[in-house]
Amino acid sequence: MNYPDFWVILTGILAAGSCGLIGSFLVLRNNAMLGDAISHAVLPGLVLAFLITYSRGVVPMLIGAGLMGLLTAFLTEWLGNTGRLYKDAALCIVFTLLFSIGVILVSIYTSQVDLDQECVLYGEIAYTPWDVLVIGGTDYGPRAVWILGGIFLANILFITLFFKQLKISSFDPALATSLGISERLWHYLLMTMVSLTVVAAFESVGAILVVAMLIIPGATAFLLTRKLVMMLVLSVIIGTICAVGGFYGASYFNASIAGFMAVVGGIVFAGSVFISKAFKLS
Amino acid sequence: MTLRFFSMADANVRWVVTGSIFLGGAAGGLGAFTFLQKRSLLGDTIAHSALPGIGLAFLITGRKDFLFLLIGAAMTGWLGAVLINTIIRHTRIKQDSALGIVLTFLFGLGIVILTYIQKSGAGAQAGLNKFLFGQAAAMGKDDVTILAVSGSIMLTLIFVLFNKFKIISFDPGFAKSIGLKVGWLQFLMTSLIVCSVVIGLQAVGVVLMAAMLITPSAAARQWTDRLSLLIVLASVFGILAGIMGAYISFLAPRFPTGPWMVVSISVIFGFSILFAPERGVISRIFRHRQNQRKTTLDHLLKALFKAGLNEKKWDTYYPVDQINKMWSFTKGQLRWGLARLKRRGVIEKSGDMYRLTDTGVKEGSRILRLHRLWEVYLSRFLELPDDHVHRDAEDMEHILTPEMEKKLLKLLGQPEVDPHNQEIPYLDREVTS
Repeated sequence: MNYPDFWVILTGILAAGSCGLIGSFLVLRNNAMLGDAISHAVLPGLVLAFLITYSRGVVPMLIGAGLMGLLTAFLTEWLGNTGRLYKDAALCIVFTLLFSIGVILVSIYTSQVDLDQECVLYGEIAYTPWDVLVIGGTDYGPRAVWILGGIFLANILFITLFFKQLKISSFDPALATSLGISERLWHYLLMTMVSLTVVAAFESVGAILVVAMLIIPGATAFLLTRKLVMMLVLSVIIGTICAVGGFYGASYFNASIAGFMAVVGGIVFAGSVFISKAFKLS
Repeated sequence: MTLRFFSMADANVRWVVTGSIFLGGAAGGLGAFTFLQKRSLLGDTIAHSALPGIGLAFLITGRKDFLFLLIGAAMTGWLGAVLINTIIRHTRIKQDSALGIVLTFLFGLGIVILTYIQKSGAGAQAGLNKFLFGQAAAMGKDDVTILAVSGSIMLTLIFVLFNKFKIISFDPGFAKSIGLKVGWLQFLMTSLIVCSVVIGLQAVGVVLMAAMLITPSAAARQWTDRLSLLIVLASVFGILAGIMGAYISFLAPRFPTGPWMVVSISVIFGFSILFAPERGVISRIFRHRQNQRKTTLDHLLKALFKAGLNEKKWDTYYPVDQINKMWSFTKGQLRWGLARLKRRGVIEKSGDMYRLTDTGVKEGSRILRLHRLWEVYLSRFLELPDDHVHRDAEDMEHILTPEMEKKLLKLLGQPEVDPHNQEIPYLDREVTS
């Protein structure tokens, strides 16, 4: 394995791992499609942050995207309450609008934002090795690896510190409330973490892979175990399989790496359905 | 430019607009059922699932024949729907995650095929990319013919099967009991969703097609409760958004049209949710304010009336701060309310002091009577304890109509005191007993 390939695979693993960890909770809460919606909705936040600050600084991006993610969650709830809409319709309306605005912004400012419409969908993971972090003239390796590595650790920290709250509010909201754990608070905290994870991964792997890695590893792990800790560990392992398999598959067919990671994810999921049937795991 | 577009002198413009009208109308109308069956996100998944079909059709036929691409898209769109059902039925994965898994898997596959085609030398056909976000301007005569035929067939099917679709959407259990073939009808409806998604591919693209199915119905829902009207309105909204999209695509042919169409339909939705009568946000705020104002006025009248009730004399003028103590008014409420009542001629002013006029006394009497009558009713007929009736009467005194009052009086036989042994005033009516 040569040097750039290593970085691409590592970026993929970190993206898939971060998304898998936080996505597991989305799967458990039957909120997977909210993850899908947020992954689309962060786009205008990203572009606006860039257009306002005129730099690709991490902090404005995280703020812009975090705000958009929360906006999606809020708007969906508000529309569901006032508009006599079912939650799924409200969600669909909100994220398609925000994503459209994002795509329009990208199509207008293509030359400035260094993104194009297709890249929004499937990212530019193959170029990550050359977008390096340079501080004071020293080359510290690819920027994406640093950002995703940071988010990966942040997710692990978040889940470890608040394991009890996340677990109880996911499995038994009623019990959580009676124990004084606010279901709403943890919902929105989780959505904030989802938004941050999504935006960190977005640049390198695009909207579609973010959704794939939010949902597929968690759902696959969900089929294979009934223990939450085990599920989280498995989701990272499955994410890793997707990243490695996706990279080599894509190189073989000379196709999109992000797309191939999603395909490998689908295949791994199908495999785990058979395994869980064969061994009666669920 | 605008004139050239709307005069439709240009044959190309005519095709694009016609195509967008069929697309918007069919997607909007059909989407109504998706919307009502809470399957909004299914539309999204089916739309994304159409992508690999487009790529495969191109790989197999080697040509960019619109009809083949549509057939390919329909087949994988269908596959997506089947896969979702299979996952839900055979694993413990919930619908929500199943939708996400199928969506990303098939869409990822589509991206893989598309990028493979792009890089494998057939690069001239990179035009397939326009199916991602749509490009209305690319529609030609043949494409529009296909859209028109399939759109018409779909609308006819909705028209013919309207009653059956209605029943299975609202009450599948009942549908089964009257012998409808629910499974078959659901199958047909899923197929129609697939078709409606597929005809939108060219102008809207797979990524955003779900919005063209759902948002028109959500907007229409704000205006009506009737399914038939909902479908018609949703179609009209869809058509409007379609024309907008076509127009923008005409102005800037290189831009993707899908996002613009979605923004257009979202504007219609936003307008609906704000301004629809009854259900709209604005009219609800307006009604709420009106209620609050009436409540304030009623409370003022009641307070001034009660002040003179003991001695049955209402000729004392009260200074503003004393009126304020009778009820917890805010300063603004008090100023506004007194001015309003004075204009209505129910109170009169002397210096900075106020008292009720004769009409005012009668109106105050009516409000206090309604309050106390309701208390009597609650305690006599619902046997609520006496200390539980006040709060409810506080709300009802503003709501009870003269007809309801008449019935109450008949039922209760004109009681003289309320459960707290306070007098019920009849100053404004003839006592008939």
